[in-house]
Amino acid sequence: MASNFRALEATNRRETALLVAAFVLLFGALGLGLDFAARDFSLVNGQLVGFPVLMVAALLFAGVQSLVSYYSGASLVLLSVHARPLTADTAKHAMVLDVINEMAIAARMPPPKPYLIDDPSPNAFATGRDPAHSVICVTQGLVDQMDREEIQGVIGHEMSHVADYDIRTMMMIAVMVGGIAMLSDFVYRWMFFGGFGGRRSSNNDRDNQSAMLITLAVIILAAVAPLFSQLLAMAVSRQREYLADASSVEFTRNPRALLRALEHIAKIESPLKQGTAGTAHLFIVNPREGLRDDNDGFFANLLSTHPPLSKRIARLQALLGTASATTIGSAVAADS
Amino acid sequence: MVILIILVAIVAWVVFAYNRLVSLRNQVDNAWRQIDVQLKRRHDLIPNLVEAVKGYMQFERDTLTQVVEARAKAVSAPDQASRMAAENQITAGLGKLLAVMENYPQLKADENVLKLQEELTTTENQLAFARQAYNDVVLELNTRIQTFPSNIIANNFGFHPADYFKGAPEEQAVPKVDLSMTTPRA
Repeated sequence: MASNFRALEATNRRETALLVAAFVLLFGALGLGLDFAARDFSLVNGQLVGFPVLMVAALLFAGVQSLVSYYSGASLVLLSVHARPLTADTAKHAMVLDVINEMAIAARMPPPKPYLIDDPSPNAFATGRDPAHSVICVTQGLVDQMDREEIQGVIGHEMSHVADYDIRTMMMIAVMVGGIAMLSDFVYRWMFFGGFGGRRSSNNDRDNQSAMLITLAVIILAAVAPLFSQLLAMAVSRQREYLADASSVEFTRNPRALLRALEHIAKIESPLKQGTAGTAHLFIVNPREGLRDDNDGFFANLLSTHPPLSKRIARLQALLGTASATTIGSAVAADS
Repeated sequence: MVILIILVAIVAWVVFAYNRLVSLRNQVDNAWRQIDVQLKRRHDLIPNLVEAVKGYMQFERDTLTQVVEARAKAVSAPDQASRMAAENQITAGLGKLLAVMENYPQLKADENVLKLQEELTTTENQLAFARQAYNDVVLELNTRIQTFPSNIIANNFGFHPADYFKGAPEEQAVPKVDLSMTTPRA
């Protein structure tokens, strides 16, 4: 079990590093394209003239943003969903704190910092750069509507994301999707409101032509980058959910716990108010309305951050079938 | 030159294997401390719980007495084996108590009892998970000590396989104490 997580952790560290590199390079490429479009850096008679100010600025911006999101991404995410620290102010909150400690022990991880969102829709997510700096956030709806066993299943799922460093990858993706959307927006404004003027004109037709081509490439890149980053976030997220569901069962030793929680959520219609496109992939179930349905098929899959709930439930039911045959020793799970 | 490279590689491997064994041994010790913390917490909780519920549960005297006696035995146990036997008895008794408490609706209205019940439930759960975590690292350590080639390092530097924490009364149909249990590392 533990070695399993170590392998996943290594993969996640590598993937995160690659993602950040790709992110910084994309910014650099767009900056360079803008330099060509603005003619402050250009090809004159086959020679590069000028200094690519915008490329350097874009690289610096992307680098700084990556660092900031690595060290304070969790706080940014918590801020954007209006979360506050979870304290033992009510009996039910105290119980959630207990369950988080239980799952941390089961996962052999330091206990994550607990947070709460005041939202009636049951949901939860985990984030942070590593297990020692991780947070688990639950909604008030989850606390109110679920019993001890169900909450244990949900927290076990989140703890699995913590243990295998999914939280780091997903957190960086959350910030990057936002950064790319912003950059793309910026490029468009700049291009259409003053970017095309050009401060220096070149007499050479061929240079002009290549400048136009580069400008076109920038426009296309800026147009597809947000879409691709979204698709990437969704693809990366989907494959992790089944795994976290399975690990949750490993931690709780009780397939019924998460199964009941997911069945409960499947019946609920109300979407999370705080859920945004940028953070959707962090949650245990998709917080946005209409995206939780059980449409299957390639395009429905492509555009969803989570696998269909019915599929996740079916897999857990299969686990429950084998578990009851071999009788997994379950921990004391008193219903509250 | 080639011999030198091979020598360096061997030394590097020895250092790595040794450090890995030390790290695992520390993890085993740490996991055991986690169990100990929960056992102590449980000892502190039992008198409070008994005090809070005995007024309601006149018919469950036997269960209450069993838990209290097992606790006394655990606290004054002369050695690790008898302590663990007593702890397993507590686990069995508390499991029964927590189940029986469901039959007393008056208890559900007592805020103090509910709070104690939650604290006991989480202590029992944390104990169960801590025991599992402990056994997981023991398995890892013992495998490394017993398999080739890391067993060479383990034998030369005096690493001993750790004992598993056995005896899980709640997993048996009829709760009874497993007296054949071996002593876990202290």
